[in-house]
Amino acid sequence: MTAARSASGRGAARRRALNARAIFAGPGLLFITLFMTIPVVLVLVYSFFQRGRFGGVVWEFTLENYARAFEPVYVNVFTESLLIAGTTTVLALLIGYPTAYAIARLPQKWRTIALVLVVLPFWTNFLIRTYAWIVLLNSEGLLNRALVDIGFISAPLGLLYTPGAVIVGLLYAYIPLVILPVYASVERLDRQLLEAASNLGASRARVFFDITLPLTLPGAMIGAIFVFVPSMGNFVVPELLGGGKTVMVGNLIRDQFLETRDWPFGAVLALFVIALLVLLFALQAYISRRINGRTARA
Amino acid sequence: MPSIGWLRLPLWFTYLFLYLPIAVLVVMSFNASKIPFVWTGFSTRWYGELAQNELVREGLINTLIVAIGATIVATILGTLLAIGIARYVRSAIVEAYSLAPAIIPDLVLAIGLLAFFSLIGVSLSLFSVLLSHVVFGMAFVAAVVIARLGQTDPSLEEASRDLGASAASTFVRITLPTLAPGIIAGALLVFTLSIDEFVIAFFTDGPSTPTLPIVIYSMVRFGVTPEINALATILLLVSFTIVISAQRITRLTDAV
Repeated sequence: MTAARSASGRGAARRRALNARAIFAGPGLLFITLFMTIPVVLVLVYSFFQRGRFGGVVWEFTLENYARAFEPVYVNVFTESLLIAGTTTVLALLIGYPTAYAIARLPQKWRTIALVLVVLPFWTNFLIRTYAWIVLLNSEGLLNRALVDIGFISAPLGLLYTPGAVIVGLLYAYIPLVILPVYASVERLDRQLLEAASNLGASRARVFFDITLPLTLPGAMIGAIFVFVPSMGNFVVPELLGGGKTVMVGNLIRDQFLETRDWPFGAVLALFVIALLVLLFALQAYISRRINGRTARA
Repeated sequence: MPSIGWLRLPLWFTYLFLYLPIAVLVVMSFNASKIPFVWTGFSTRWYGELAQNELVREGLINTLIVAIGATIVATILGTLLAIGIARYVRSAIVEAYSLAPAIIPDLVLAIGLLAFFSLIGVSLSLFSVLLSHVVFGMAFVAAVVIARLGQTDPSLEEASRDLGASAASTFVRITLPTLAPGIIAGALLVFTLSIDEFVIAFFTDGPSTPTLPIVIYSMVRFGVTPEINALATILLLVSFTIVISAQRITRLTDAV
């Protein structure tokens, strides 16, 4: 009898737990499924069908959209996008890594303020941050005038509407996304490990390249992905700072959906960006597992 | 150590890079000259003209409707989701799934939502923008509240139940007050994200109700005007104030 009662009590407790799960997590998960997962799956589905006349699709299966993505015009756009996003990412790491390192080495009380100052611009209007660079790089802009005034150049340079301007704009938009994960991994570093290495006679350079760099690599890779992938998909910066001369994957996708209205082809292009994201995350996970395994053995 | 000063050099460079463009915008917004690049004297005339700009005013109203609505819905759903995950589901996969809308590229989410809304026959309006902003807003609220839940002690809730309080009463009197800083910070973040969000709004908004970022986009495409400088200064001030308040309410950097 007691056993039966406690069993039914356990049943009731389990039902209550299930109820609590449904009440708390249910609505949110449902919402995400409805307004993120289904839309993204829809993009995947659309990529296999023929285009409708005014957007949408005609439900006839085809692989034509995928074949089109390999036409030279689009391959060129992809190559240029990879080049621009890649350069942006390298620069973001070159500037962001030492910055994050410097913040992690600040006295405790300054670190939060230093981090907030890095993140703050990221929470402001993205268009305005991009617009600020038009003001700076314009032929009558501050940078050109300053360079002419100090006699460094005699006539204003065409700084705006170049791939360089696009790279600067993307860098400006996404650099906090490198600094945060690198900071987190530098902060987690085991100080004793570093001290032990230098006590055993390793030079500072050796300590950095043999210990610090490998252990912070997973964080740096996360940061690199957070810069690289959105850079590929950004259409605002190439348009405003590249003057339409630099066409990136993001611009192509935007045009397919809002101008030429070829949604299935736009879907294929978007899937390439998602595939890149997934691939890079998988690579990051693989490398960080290997690094963790190695330090665990050591 | 003498090398510490040298180590901080990249930090100063980054701050210069991040804040010089913003500072230039703010200074130029008080420029009397009509030519946006030449300083001729201090003036607030562009703020006056901005206040007269009908398009900007309409955009601002549309943006506030979306941002307030999205903030309320996202805060409620995100808070419940965070409690559900941290206290009841406890699955890393479900947690990652809940935070995915914050990580997925905005352009992908934007075209997916456009395709989805047109498939189910929802006409594009401020309402479709609101729904879209709730998706990623909820993920940010959930992230901040989960971080807060990690710092709180669940035994407090258990004690309340053991002493005979009902589940509802425990939730209102114990759970919510302990989570309040996280919830408020999350709500403030959703609000800032929403008022500044362009890409998703650009794809999911109807043509007759542009939000402020869409209005700014068409202004910026048209060219550099002193009015944009004034508008930029105001928006920067609003975002900075909100984010710094959120940071002060809860230690935001612990969550990111």
